Order: sequence, then structure tokens, then C-alpha cells
Amino acid sequence: MPDPILQISDLHVATAGKEILRGLNLTIRAGEVHAVMGPNASGKSTLAYVLAGREGYQATAGTIRYEGKDLLIMPPEARAREGLFLAFQYPIEIPGMTTLQFLKAALNTIRKHRGLEELDAIDFLALVKERAQLLDVDVDFLNRPVNAGFSGGEKKRNEILQMTFLDPKLAILDETDSGLDIDALKIVAGGVNALRRPDRAMLLITHYQRLLKFVVPDYIHILLNGRIVQSGGKELALTVEERGYGWLEGPDTRISEEKAAP
Amino acid sequence: MPIGDRIQGFAKNEYKYGFTTEIEAEAAPPGLNEDIIQLISAKKNEPSFMLEWRLKAYRHWLTMKEPRWANVHYLPIDYQAIVYYSAPKTERRPKSLTEVDPLLLATYRKLGIPLSEQEVLAGVAVDAVFDSVSVATTYKEHLAKLGIIFCAFSEAVQNHPELVRKYLGTVVPYADNFFAALNSAVFSDGSFCYIPKGVRCPMELSTYFRINAPFIGQFERTMIVAEEGSYVSYLEGCTAPMRAEHQLHAAVVELIAHDRAQIKYATVQNWYPGDSEGQGGIYNFVTKRGICAGVDSRISWTQVEVGSAITWKYPSVILRGDNSIGEFYSVALTTHRQQADTGTKMIHLGRNTKSTIVSKGISAGYAQNTYRGLVTILKKATGCRNYTQCHSLLLGDRCGAHTFPSIEVQNASSQVEHEASTTKIGEDQIFYCRQRGLSAEDAVSLIVNGFCHEVFRELPMEFAVEAQKLLNVRLEGTVG
Repeated sequence: MPDPILQISDLHVATAGKEILRGLNLTIRAGEVHAVMGPNASGKSTLAYVLAGREGYQATAGTIRYEGKDLLIMPPEARAREGLFLAFQYPIEIPGMTTLQFLKAALNTIRKHRGLEELDAIDFLALVKERAQLLDVDVDFLNRPVNAGFSGGEKKRNEILQMTFLDPKLAILDETDSGLDIDALKIVAGGVNALRRPDRAMLLITHYQRLLKFVVPDYIHILLNGRIVQSGGKELALTVEERGYGWLEGPDTRISEEKAAP
Repeated sequence: MPIGDRIQGFAKNEYKYGFTTEIEAEAAPPGLNEDIIQLISAKKNEPSFMLEWRLKAYRHWLTMKEPRWANVHYLPIDYQAIVYYSAPKTERRPKSLTEVDPLLLATYRKLGIPLSEQEVLAGVAVDAVFDSVSVATTYKEHLAKLGIIFCAFSEAVQNHPELVRKYLGTVVPYADNFFAALNSAVFSDGSFCYIPKGVRCPMELSTYFRINAPFIGQFERTMIVAEEGSYVSYLEGCTAPMRAEHQLHAAVVELIAHDRAQIKYATVQNWYPGDSEGQGGIYNFVTKRGICAGVDSRISWTQVEVGSAITWKYPSVILRGDNSIGEFYSVALTTHRQQADTGTKMIHLGRNTKSTIVSKGISAGYAQNTYRGLVTILKKATGCRNYTQCHSLLLGDRCGAHTFPSIEVQNASSQVEHEASTTKIGEDQIFYCRQRGLSAEDAVSLIVNGFCHEVFRELPMEFAVEAQKLLNVRLEGTVG
């Protein structure tokens, strides 16, 4: 069995003074694709954010090991340079910087960190053209400021494009399927599937099992009220599709009534 | 930690030009009266028309009130506490660079402005103004062969009084505004450029202003006259030591472009901005104006304003010649407690005149950044066009961006476009960049440089690189 890339043990995370994750355990090994499913406010995005190192998400107990190292003490950019990639649920607009500039800066920072030579403008553009074609992304749109004025689908495709560039060891996709029509979903899923590799792990975070029809995970975990309450194979998604999350609710796993952030 | 706190926490703000030069200076006593003006005029051995003009300006200034309409806040200035004249002590003005005090040469070298022509930036002639006087001008002889006059203003008064007399105050009259009147009364030096008919100036002309002495106000006056069909590109830079008290800098710049002449004027203003609490720093109250006097003439202002505690500055163009073009490209960066109220005026008097305004304001910390613009197209000025683009970038949530655009069009055949946006770079954007491996500093620098690109490309190449570096240094630690 390959070594774990990610090992989460008894993780408790609070944000804005409220405990969201309450003793989460999860181990992901190289080559595996895991899906974490759960209803709104179950703690899905909190999991994504704490893994990426977003400020304001405080681990109050438990540990996260990333390739054996303590992830929680690493600043966000160090995590990224070590190969942890988060495809955002709501990709951020950055006016004043084109996607090409952004990508080139990010790629070369990461390459430098890995002891690789930085790409010059010509090699970089060649790579861009090749990858953009794969995801049916218009190169012109990469000359626009990052995500500014992009449609929901364009933003999501831009996330996956960045993922293909930055060559992650652990890719976390936070609700990448939300807001996509079926054609866009297929393109995005195709991009994700093309990235599956024996030395790379993926964590898909999703509310619905829609994406899981196209990107079939090895393991599915149901997150309820800050804890994983059920784990299984890909068939678990179908159970959720049929029965919803209600049947998993016990006295300890009440679904919080708060709504997730928009 | 909220982003505002981190912005403050990061605020290292290293100002590497903050040193002082221990040089013996000859200074007037503090305060302003007719005797001081007589003294300045006598020091400069000026012809009587200059003294008369200064005194008229002074008497008019006495009747004026300091403007209070700008969106900046500061304690009243005590005009009697300011030293109006300070000059490094020398027997006489050095004739050549070999006669310049080595201490001064060393100062400019330290500032990155080498004055010895062997090591000078390729293709740039420099006039160095130290406190109240010009201490050296490079490449003078070389330029003189083409008929170009590039010298200290005080020297022009001696050697070309007819030119000075013809143009002085024609673009910025002494009664124009409070600070222009003050400058007209007490200005001590500055640069003078004259480009004869049909000559294309082969190198960048540049003036480097340095305030060194304490309590001194720097009042310089620059004039550029471009005769028919000529071309000149000019750049000014400014720095000052770090001092706990505020110092006043009230300059006047007049540009005159005759038929088909073109003047490009660029400024990289890096006066000491004060510390993170707003202690010290330069008050930069400057009147800059050009006139496109002839047909098909063109004046463009490019400014990169990163220094000063307070900036009050509106480089403007009067478009009098038909088909003339006025341009204003500006980057104004304010951090900590800096305040900037800057913009431009485009006054269209001639037919088919065109103006372009591109303003980029960047604010971080507790700083306030204001764009103030006026576009006026008179009734007879038919077929005119103006395009204005005014963008503000806020770094963090404790700073402010303000815009006061004003447009007056008196005919129906002219077209005016105004485009504006305000963008906030906050925690989300920075986190997004960090998640892709970029440090917070790199992220901010990429965003800001992208934001300023349109203005930077108007600068001569070496200076564009310098401006970019300068911005990065000033931004260091503004967002975390």
C-alpha cells in the first residue's frame, strides 16, 4: 500500500468562534480519489479551507499530516509549493493581473521550489496553448484579468486549467460541479480524469453525486455535522442520490440549521 | 487578524533616501518678508524685472488664502517658520563638474544619480538641484551644439533673460493660486530648457531635486519651451531626508509647446512620505501646467507619485492650438497616513483637440487617495475629444479612494468618455494567490504592476523599471 499523502486525525476546526469540524478522520494515499459528500453546513468548505491554510479557520485539536509533515504549521504558499492545490468553490476575481501573468508567476514559483528551471515566455505560451485546448479554453480569455467577468463555468474551467499547470500531489476540488451545465461538467470532468495518476491523490468535495458519475471515486465519505459518519465505495453516492442525507442522521449528527455561505 | 492590522503590522516602509548630507550651507533666516525676497534676488544677481515680478507676486500672495478645498487634512502651516533660501556654501557656481563639491557628487551617487558624465545613465542629461540651487548640469556643451539650452533656471535668468522674460508666468501667472504666488515670490532655482525650431532633443533631459537642509522649503521653478517642430522628453525625480517635521515643497512648472512641437514630461516623485504614524514628510503643493500654444502640438504628463505626506498636484494642459493633444498618465500610491489629492485639467480652446487621462490611484494602510479632474471644452472648440479612465485600487479596508471628476462641454460636436472603477484587494485575493504558491508580497506586486502597466509604458524604459521597483519597495509589507 502506498504511503499516505494526507492523514487527518481527530481534527476539530472552529471559525468565527464556532466549532465546525468535530473530530474528523481521513487518510488519503497516492493514486486514490476520495469524495467527501455532505449537505449544506456539514463542514465541507471548512475542510477545504483548513487544508489550504485559510486564515480564520482555526484547528483547535487534532493533526493533519501531509507527506508526513505537520501541515498546520505551513503557510498557505508553502503548502501550495509542496503540491497541495485547491480548486475554489468561488474562484476569486483579481483585477489588474491577467490569467497568463498569474499562471506564469505561480508556475515559475512552484518550479523554482521544486528545483526545476523557470519557463521563459515562449515555452510557457506553448504549454498554455496545449493545455487550454484540452479544456476547451480560449487563449484570448487568458489575457483577461483573472476571473474578472468570467461566467461560472469559465471560472471553474480556469481552476482546472491552473490545476493542470501546477502539477499537484494532492488536488482538492471544492464543489467544482456547482453551477456547471452538463456540457461544462463533462469538460471539467474530462480534465480531472486526465489528471488521475498513481502518484497523485484527489479529494472531491461535493453536495450532489452529479460529478461522481463522470469522475468515479475510489472512496466516498459522508460528512455530517463536522464528522465523517459513513464511508464506502462509489455505490454510496447512489444511496445518497436515492435517500438523501436524512437516513444518516442520528441524535449525535443533527444537521445544523444554519445555511452555508452563498 | 483583520487585514487592516496586518497591513499596519507589515509597515516597514524603508525609505532608503532618508540620509542627510553634512554640508556647510548658507541660509536665510526663517520667515518671509520683502527683505527676504530682495535677498534671494540679490543672491541670484537678478535683473530688475525679476525682482519686480517677485515683489508683485509676494504682495498678491499676502491677499490670498491657502486653499482648503482639497481632500487633505493637515495642521496650519506657519509660513514664518520656513527657511526660504538655503544653498551649499561655495565661492561661486562651479563651471564644470570637476569643480563641484565632491560631497555633493557623492550625495547624488548615493541617490543613484551619477553626475560624472563618464558614469552617467546613457543618454540622460541631468540638472541637480540641491535645496535652493542647481549644483550641476551634465551634457550642457553637447546639447548647446544643437542650440538646446539646458541649465539652471538662475543661469537662464543671467544668460537668456529675454527668453525668461518672454515666457515667465505666461502659463502659470503669479496670481494663479496661493502656492504658485508663493513660489513666484521666493523661487530660488529649477531647470530651464529651450529646444530650438525643428530640433529633436537626442537625450532625456532630467532634473533631480533633493531637499537636504532642515526647515527649508523648496520652491523651484521649471520651464520648458519647445519651438516649432521640436521634441523633448524630460524627467524629474525628487527625494528628501527623513525628518520629524514637515517640509514644504511648492514648485511651479510651465511648459510651452509651439506649432507641431512635442513635450513629454515625466515625474517620479519620492519625497519622504513621513513615518507610519504620519510624523514628518514633505507637503508637496505643486502647480504644473503646459500650453499647447501651436497647432498640432502635444504635451504629455506622466507622473508616478509615491512619496510626500501630502500631495496637491494637477498637471494640466491648455489646448489652444487646433488639433493639439494633451495627455495625463498618473500612478499615485499612498500608504500609511499619506494623503494625495491629484489629477489634471484639460482645457480645450482649439478645434479638434484631443485629451487622454489615465489615472491609477493605489491606497493602502490608512491612506487617502483622491483623483480630481476637470475637462472643459469651450463653445468654439468644436470636434474635440476626451477620454478619461480613472481606476482606484484599495489594499485593505482602512484606506480610501475618492474621485471628483468634473466635465464641462459647451458644444455638441465634441465627445467625452469617462470610465471609472474601484477595486479592493483584500484577504480573498491574497489568499487565492498564496494558494497558488505566490507570497503575499509577490501577489501584491503583480497586481499593482499589472494595474499600473498602462502608465509605466509611457515612461522611458530605464525609468519604467525604476518606477516599478520603487512601487514594490513602497508596497513592501502593505498587505499580508
